[in-house]
Amino acid sequence: MPGALRHLSYTIDGLAEQLLVIGDGSPRVLFVPPLFDEMNRMRRTLVLAMHALAQRDIASALMDLPGCNESLAQLDTQSLTRWRDAVVAAAAVTEPDCLASLRGGCLIDDGADPAHRWRLSPAKGASLLKTLLRTRIAGEREDGRTVTAAQLIEQSRLAPIELAGNWLGPQMVAELHDALPAALPAREVKPGTGPSTITGSALWLRAEPGEDAAMAHAIVSDIAQLMA
Amino acid sequence: MQADIAVRSVLVDVLGLDAERVAAFDADTELFGAIPELDSMAVAGLLTELEDRLDIEIDDDDVDAEIFETFGNLVAFAEAKQD
Repeated sequence: MPGALRHLSYTIDGLAEQLLVIGDGSPRVLFVPPLFDEMNRMRRTLVLAMHALAQRDIASALMDLPGCNESLAQLDTQSLTRWRDAVVAAAAVTEPDCLASLRGGCLIDDGADPAHRWRLSPAKGASLLKTLLRTRIAGEREDGRTVTAAQLIEQSRLAPIELAGNWLGPQMVAELHDALPAALPAREVKPGTGPSTITGSALWLRAEPGEDAAMAHAIVSDIAQLMA
Repeated sequence: MQADIAVRSVLVDVLGLDAERVAAFDADTELFGAIPELDSMAVAGLLTELEDRLDIEIDDDDVDAEIFETFGNLVAFAEAKQD
């Protein structure tokens, strides 16, 4: 049956990390997920897209990043550098024709060298970090405490800090601060209307994103066209 | 991009509000307190998106509750950052 779920794994730092695979045969698309909360918000729509790809006989894989989802690794020892290595390791296992990265996933997709590269709304590391910092600051304020972004950044130089439920280590915070998506030839789309857009909305920003079947199908059409 | 357009699109995208509803907002439309989706956590994403879409920088020390009282206040705040 097309669309059946199975699991593969890739290994990094001696730990097996999960690859969720949907569809028959070896995965032709490897999804590099958005980072932190944005991953959780996009996951249901991403899995819908993977099922829709399987219906077109294109198997795909969604990788766990070390320290996230089912991973047994600690998040607070991760960095963008290590996650870039993880994408390379996952691509070595799946040998995808297309690497499809979303949002912050576009910050770590440049180690692998697929035939096709697809990106959805690439995010700057500084923007992701700023939203995480603002969320922490807002939480502190609700508890009657005052903390500034500058204080949190200073703390992060010495030890992991907790931002919106994520323990981020010094290297992760420093790398996020400066990271930009690598300038590589890629099909780049964003939700909306106009050129280089797909149907859908910025689900990764929503507190209650639910799922968006129309967006999932738009993702699939665009990727399938790129690979045709 | 015009601040007015950017603020509307960010409200739709971050809060998941209906685009037609947001298109009907005017300067006096109340936001904080009147729109349950707009809480302090949503404000974090909203500010960052405004920065990215308008290519402005927002110092969090400049952000107070008044900015989110009405649609007009929020647009005026964004416009001031564009200058």
